[in-house]
Amino acid sequence: MTVISTTKNPEALSLTLTAEFDADVERVWQIWEDPRQLERWWGPPGYPATFEKHEFTPGGKAAYYMTTPEGEKPRGWWRFTRIERPHRLEIDDGFADESGAPVEEMGTGHMVVTLEDLAGRTRMTVLSIFESEEQMSAMLEMGMEEGMKQAAGQIDSVLAAHANA
Amino acid sequence: MVVDQLDDAGIDRLFQALADPTRRDIVRRVTLGEYSVSGLAALYAMSFAAVQKHVAVLERATLVSKERRGREQIVRGNHEGLQNVRRLLDEYEEIWRQRAARIADILAEEPKNNRRVPQ
Repeated sequence: MTVISTTKNPEALSLTLTAEFDADVERVWQIWEDPRQLERWWGPPGYPATFEKHEFTPGGKAAYYMTTPEGEKPRGWWRFTRIERPHRLEIDDGFADESGAPVEEMGTGHMVVTLEDLAGRTRMTVLSIFESEEQMSAMLEMGMEEGMKQAAGQIDSVLAAHANA
Repeated sequence: MVVDQLDDAGIDRLFQALADPTRRDIVRRVTLGEYSVSGLAALYAMSFAAVQKHVAVLERATLVSKERRGREQIVRGNHEGLQNVRRLLDEYEEIWRQRAARIADILAEEPKNNRRVPQ
């Protein structure tokens, strides 16, 4: 199993996920660094993410939207606050309006990604910290909640399609 | 809606309440079992009145409930108050589990000796 553990801390509004991949640290770093690869895993099946901007430098910004099955395009923003290639990445994130401008009152979340070399394999830890319950709720409403439910049924066919590719 | 609607003031109270380490510690403890206010006060290097004040902030934020039992005030976690947060974290956990599965899937596509992707 890819996911080794998850830790939820309701009092701190945080989630930590630890996963191990059968690829080296440089390779796993690319799934964050390359927006075309990032788009392939950020959104669930049926809710693809499109990164229109992805300035992968400290202080750089990213802009993305999800496309829902109803054709809506909720938008989000990232700011890369720390990049220590290929071991550590820190990102502030939040919601954006239709023009891509951050919606300040929705708050800012924070992600800390660490990649650890396990003799050729990689352990990835993602710590997500939310500023508010409202923010966490809205994040899920970006389509991911429904997408998550659908994904359970779709994941098998996705895996099968990739295996045949 | 994913969670029951809280008005803006309610959300402010909830997050102000959780912004303090002592109050987070109180929430953790009383979620696992009930404590009297004096029992809590004995745990921290602060006055009974200060602890009572923290409990009052948590009570207003609906994170704990307090009832008088004889001469003691008993504090316990308000499970409904934390339930929304838990439910949201559960959903978010599932999202990240699925992301990790998709990442593994992408990584598995490429042969090990030819895994560099041109930028």
